[in-house]
Amino acid sequence: MSALLLETQGLCKSFGALEVARSIDFRLEPGARHALIGPNGAGKTTFVNLLTGVLRPSSGRVLLGGEDVTHFAQAKRVKRGIARTFQINQLFRGLTVLENVCIAVAERLGAGGGMLRPAGRRTEVVEEATRLIGMLRLAEDAGRRVGELPYGRQRLVEIAIALGLDPRVLLLDEPAAGIPSAESHILLEAIAGLPKDIAVLIVEHDMDLVFRFAQRITVLVGGAVFAEGTPAEIAANPEVRAVYLGTALDG
Amino acid sequence: MTASPLPAARDLAVRHRLQWWEALPWVAGVAAYFLFPNYLAFGTQVLVTILLALSLDLVLGYAGIVTLGHAAFFGAGAYTVGMLGMHLGWTDPVAGLAAAALVAGLIGLVSGWVLLRTHGLTLLMLTLCTRALLVQAANMFSGFTGGFDGIPGLSFKPILGLFRFDVLYFRTQYLYALVVLFVCFAVVRVLVYSPFGRSLTGIRENLLRMHAVGAPVRARQVQVYAISAALAGIAGAVFVQATGYVNLAVLGLERSAGVLIILILGGYGRLYGAFVGAIVYMVLEHTLSKAYPTAWQLGLGLMLVLVALYARNGILGLGEALRRRWSAR
Repeated sequence: MSALLLETQGLCKSFGALEVARSIDFRLEPGARHALIGPNGAGKTTFVNLLTGVLRPSSGRVLLGGEDVTHFAQAKRVKRGIARTFQINQLFRGLTVLENVCIAVAERLGAGGGMLRPAGRRTEVVEEATRLIGMLRLAEDAGRRVGELPYGRQRLVEIAIALGLDPRVLLLDEPAAGIPSAESHILLEAIAGLPKDIAVLIVEHDMDLVFRFAQRITVLVGGAVFAEGTPAEIAANPEVRAVYLGTALDG
Repeated sequence: MTASPLPAARDLAVRHRLQWWEALPWVAGVAAYFLFPNYLAFGTQVLVTILLALSLDLVLGYAGIVTLGHAAFFGAGAYTVGMLGMHLGWTDPVAGLAAAALVAGLIGLVSGWVLLRTHGLTLLMLTLCTRALLVQAANMFSGFTGGFDGIPGLSFKPILGLFRFDVLYFRTQYLYALVVLFVCFAVVRVLVYSPFGRSLTGIRENLLRMHAVGAPVRARQVQVYAISAALAGIAGAVFVQATGYVNLAVLGLERSAGVLIILILGGYGRLYGAFVGAIVYMVLEHTLSKAYPTAWQLGLGLMLVLVALYARNGILGLGEALRRRWSAR
């Protein structure tokens, strides 16, 4: 099964009596565009946390490129090529956009612990950060403090930081959350423009975005996989419509 | 293909360069030597305090590690020099600095490795405990440390075998402390502009994100804690070499709290906050205690209340805010 990039086998997580992940089997192929949907409290963010190593599963395994990473700490998984964005922005608000991305790139290139040469003179780091900032059309804001940017632009910085880690798997946790609709097209373009070779898993409530983006959709309900299929299959699935989509797909 | 450099990238590439005003503290330091020949012993104490505050800035201001135990490392350095002098007759000043840095740095490394698993109030409590443990150790092992009385009457060899150095040689002491501070400052300055320094700022700004970019967060914290401890140890060593004695006060809670106040007063995370804070605090303390021997602490307290209310980022932060308002006009 070496063609699979990311796989979970019987992943379970419980906090006391509360089961937040129930035997989740999940697969992601290279270049996949996969969406994870489900009602509030379905365990979507928990699943992302299990994949990235923020949480350890109660049982089950996480495989990355065929390698068992279940017991790897977060930092080690990042080195293996798994990066994420956060549902609520987690940025270095007092630093500039460029510095935010540089910190991520420096860690990836193994330059983050260097104590001698000034950070701004690490041209390989700064150039790579500059390239990513250009890709996400943040160039004009590169010198501004992140805390001063509109929320929608900050969401793009989240993605730029994650891309700075040169991931094989990118997990986007509700990238559109909190973005005013006038700014959401920037995000859509950014997601459409992501490198084709990386696998992307997007956790999202915005069905418009999900159906535009995803090739496959997994529906999570009560911590378990409720349904999985192509967008057309999911949209046509009466049970999914009943528990989650409601009437959102009508019209 | 290389992307064309952004203005922000050009700014970043020159940010570590020395600014003209960065010469000011050192010009002032040398000028003070000539202008206030009768205050050089006091001046040495100010320089020692600046160094201690600078070392605290590295952990508190840059890495965001809140500690009330920093006197532990100052004291460790001080006792190292005192005990080497008393028991082994090892009184070379520069070798004393190295030994103090090593011992304090090791204590920082070990205690940091244990403590930095925690954060917030737990960490604060544990830093207090480290300091208290060292006080008790210094008190109990009186055969080595002199116990409650400490080790008095220490004398030291000439610096590098050239400059005569004694408790009463205030001029040599002052210049020696100034040079030590300068060298330590240069180290700290290189550190904070390095990727390591930036990653510390990252840890302070957003721990969650720093984990998510794959940074070895705890290793970095332990590293900076040990480096900071070594610098505090050097400050303690200079203190003992200048005053010729060491006792339990070097490990005192007052010193831990005092240096924290000094750093907040001057402005943390700014390199020069340690300088401004130490000078303002100590000069005020000195003059107020002379003018109002009974009520001088009231003045200091009032000033701290004002800083806490109106200048959260200290005197330097206030200056920056005023300058920004001025240039916005």
